[in-house]
Formats: sequence, C-alpha cells, structure tokens
Amino acid sequence: MTMRIDLPEETLAGVLAKALGNRSFLIGLVITLLIVAVALISFLWTPYDVARLVIADKTQAPSWAHWFGTDHFGRDILSMIMVGARNSIAVALVAVGIGMGIGVPLGAFAAARGGLADEALMRLNDLVFAFPALLSAIMITAIFGPGAVNAIIAIGIFNIPVFARVARAGALAIWPREFILAARAAGKGMTRISIEHILPNIATLLLVQGTIQFALGILAEAGLSYVGLGAQPPMPSWGRMLFDAQTRMVTAPWMAIFPGMAIVITVLGLNLLGDGIADILDPKSRRRR
Amino acid sequence: MTAYLLKRLIIAALTLVLASMVVFAVMEILPGDPARLMLGLNASADQVEVLRNQMGLNAPLLLRYLHWVAGLLSLDFGRSYTYSVPVIELVRERIAVSLPLALIALALSTIIAIPVGVFSASRQGRAGDTLAMGAAQLGVAVPNFWFALMLIYLFAVWLRLVPAGGFPGWGAGIWTALKSLILPAIALALPQAAILGRVARSALIEVLNEDYIRTARAKGLPYRAVLWRHALRNAMIPVLTILGLQFAFLLAGTIIIENVFYLPGLGRLIFQAITQRDLIVVESIVMLLVAAVILINLLVDFSYAIVDPRLRGRQ
Repeated sequence: MTMRIDLPEETLAGVLAKALGNRSFLIGLVITLLIVAVALISFLWTPYDVARLVIADKTQAPSWAHWFGTDHFGRDILSMIMVGARNSIAVALVAVGIGMGIGVPLGAFAAARGGLADEALMRLNDLVFAFPALLSAIMITAIFGPGAVNAIIAIGIFNIPVFARVARAGALAIWPREFILAARAAGKGMTRISIEHILPNIATLLLVQGTIQFALGILAEAGLSYVGLGAQPPMPSWGRMLFDAQTRMVTAPWMAIFPGMAIVITVLGLNLLGDGIADILDPKSRRRR
Repeated sequence: MTAYLLKRLIIAALTLVLASMVVFAVMEILPGDPARLMLGLNASADQVEVLRNQMGLNAPLLLRYLHWVAGLLSLDFGRSYTYSVPVIELVRERIAVSLPLALIALALSTIIAIPVGVFSASRQGRAGDTLAMGAAQLGVAVPNFWFALMLIYLFAVWLRLVPAGGFPGWGAGIWTALKSLILPAIALALPQAAILGRVARSALIEVLNEDYIRTARAKGLPYRAVLWRHALRNAMIPVLTILGLQFAFLLAGTIIIENVFYLPGLGRLIFQAITQRDLIVVESIVMLLVAAVILINLLVDFSYAIVDPRLRGRQ
C-alpha cells in the first residue's frame, strides 16, 4: 500500500473542512497545543519555584496547595511537570530535526541516483536499525558521559534511517511522473528537481512521520532519563521524576502517577494528531509503523 | 527462493561486520586505559606497559580488531576488568534471565495482539473495534517502565500477589522464578501488543477487501474459516515485519525493565559495567544484542518465504 500523494482536487478550504470534521486531528491538536502552551508558560510562571527545596514540605499528598503533591525534596510536582515539558519537547524536536535534516536529503539522493548509491544507503540504514536507540545512547554515554545533549544525539541518529526510508519511498513514487519528465526536459538538474518538485510532494508524508517520531522521541527521552542517561538533575525531566519515584512507590505514589500521565497524554495527543493529518490528507491511508 | 535467501544472508553478514567495526571503533576512541584500570592508580608506567603488551593493546589497529572478532566468534569475549572473570561467564548467567523475559513478553504480546487485530478487523467501524483501537492508541502512548511501576503498585504493593522485584534464580524452582518474571513480562508486552494489534488490524482489513476473499466467501466457506485461514495468512507479512522490529525494541525495553524490577539480567549488567567503566563488558553486551537484532531480522526475512509462496517462486 502506498500513500496517494497528489490531491489535485483538494483546495485549502476543502482540507480545512475535513480537518474540522476529523475527531483524531482535533483532539490531538488540542492536546498538543496544550502541552506546548504549558511548556511555554513554565518559562514565565510556575505555581512554585522548582529550584527551591522545601524540606518541610517533602512528599506531601496532593492538596489544594499542591495539586499533584510534592516530591522528596518538597518540590511541587505540577511545577516540575510544567518545566519538564520543555525538556521533553526540546529533546524530541531537535531529534526529529536531526533525523529529517540528514535523513531526507539522503533518502532523496538515493531515490534520484538509484543504483549503487541507493544500495549503499539502504545497507547503512540496516546498520543503524541494528542499534536500538537505547544501545546507541549507552555507547554515546560511555564516550561522552550522560546528559540531555547526548540523549538528543542518540535519538536523532535513530531517526535518520527512518526519515531516509520515508523520503526515498516517497521520492521513488514521484520520479516516474510526467511533470518530473517535463522538468528534466526543461534542463533542471537532479538536485533542483529534488528540491523544487520532489520535496513539496513528499512533505505531507514527512509531516506525518515527523509527528510519529516526535511522539517516539518523547518516549525515548523519558526512558533514557529514567535510567540516568538523559537529562541530569537538577533539571526537571519526566523520566528522571519517575526514577526518583520508584523507591517511594509505597509512601508517595503520586510522585510516579502524575509525571507518567503527562507522558501518556503528550504521546497520545501527538499520535492522534499524526493519525488525523494522515487521514485528512489521504483518506485511503492507514498508518503503518 | 535460494537467491532471495542468499541475498538476505549476505546482507545480514555485511551488516554484522559493519556493526562490529562501529562497536570496535567506539571502544577504540574511548578515554581510559584498560591496563591502567586493571592495575590501579599506584602501578608504575613500566608495569602498565608490560600489561599493555600482554593484553595486545600495543598491536596495530587492524590486528587488534581481527583478534577481537576471532575472540567473539569463539565465544571468548575477554575478561571483565572489575569482576576478573571471563565476560562470557557473566553473560551466560545474565542471559538466563533476559532471554526468557524477552521471549515471554514476545509470546504474550503476540497472543494478545493477533486475536485483538482479528476481532477489530472483522468488526471494522463498530463499537467493539472503536473500543479496542482506542485501547491500543492508549497502549502505544504508555511508556513501559511507567506501566511497570503502576503494575508494581497494584499487584505487589496493594494486592501482594507477586514480588515487587528481584529474582530468586532458576534454582529456586521454575514456578517461583517465573512468578517474578510475570509483571516485567506484562509491562514489556502490553505496549508492544498495542502496536502489533494495530498493524494486524490494518493488514487484515486490506486483505479482507481483496477479490479472493470474496471468492472464498462466495464458494460457501464460513466467515471464520476465511478470516483465520485465508485472510490472516496473507496479512502475516506486515505483522512479521513489525514482530522483527519489535524484538529490537523488546531487547532495549528489557534493559530498562530489568532496572525497574531489579532483575539480574543483561540490562542490569550493562549499567553496572558503564558506571564501573568495565568497557569490555559494555562492548560485548552491545555486540551481542546487535547480533541478536540482526539475526532476528534475518529470520523474519526467511519466514516471509515460508508465509508467502510467491517469494518461493521468485528467481
């Protein structure tokens, strides 16, 4: 099954009307905007200062003063989740950027050139796919030590072959078309055709994949931070909060429940958004991973 | 078919060689001298030099690589710097926890996902399908280690049905040992089952729209037989592909989940090794897991040929 890419009959108004009628898209969009808003608001205001430790208030259950309770240092969980959203979004966003920035040109190049270049690229893809993101993170950490930047690199590297594959598959479907032939007849080179004609036509594919990878990136970042390979304290991160919660499951379960729900809601929202976009732009498409 | 299998085999071998070069290169550029690490800070430069020679660390790069690969092939991974035992012994001990865990999780996720996928596909658009896929959508979004924490809270802290963590060892009896693997396996399996269930559903729906399914129905075959025998078999290729990819995620997931449940598996070992800078252990486990991923994907490629007779005829 290939995605239909050309939608000549679609107008902007038509797409908008479809978007407003698509439940996945709307719910996903609202959740995603909400999370982004929370992250942005945290720069200006949080209920409590996450850098200040108030030992007198440690591990308090949820109350009117602390909606989601406090952690073992007396920090407000809600405030930490708000600040943690920044970290999750930043890591996942940059990782998607790395994946797209390197993967898409590689994929487009492979599709345009074919032959040996294509074969070599696919073999490189196989190689990267053999290293689950966590394993590359472990190796990168072994070299450079743990940290948010290294988590970004590890997740980003894993994204490269994903985008290379999507871009290649999309581009291969466009190259045999007449308008490409026309562009070649007009004397345009491979690079120019790729940028001017191929890229706009595979943009929706990339957008859908980008949303999926964004969601996976947030999950991966949380996992890396949880095992200590991601964001380092005192920087609040959702995964790290869950690590701190682990030994306190009996006395302070709220320390685990709320950061986890933040992850679930964010990832759910992004996945719904991705599904929605795919549906709107191509009703025949069903998502594959 | 032989040509197809041969091509996949060569690709897998090539990937394995490239991967081993990557792992070797990474360990090569790492700071820290293994000889210095083994001898401690008080050793003189001469002593370190002697040990470096003994360990073959002064040999040319290519020779060291070949030596390392030859070691891997004969299951001689070298000696752990911190435990002072052959790495293979450590790995053998730990794999007895990790492998059963991964396999139980894989089996569990398949057993849940396939029936759910079939159920949903056969009721496409109806309430049961919407509910199942809603649950799957949620399942995809749940991080397995958080799910694990919630399971511990519910079943170990509240209901006290299973231990909250730790592993008694297979010597304590199969049932006792299995009991401490139940929660970790469920935590690993459910998010994977959600992904697999979605793939199974969409693959089945596509197949169910094919002409030959209508023909099978038209000649009077009962719906169930068509669904389970004809449709499912044809939907297996995407399902198998995902299953292969999931094994890689499952291995990575095992590493994290073992840390949640304090299971003495490969995952725990690799983290201990990182903190102690026992690089030869890190190197060996990474190489082992990468080899496992490549091997599983090769098996998936081979299984295509079994599932899809069209591939058998090709070339």
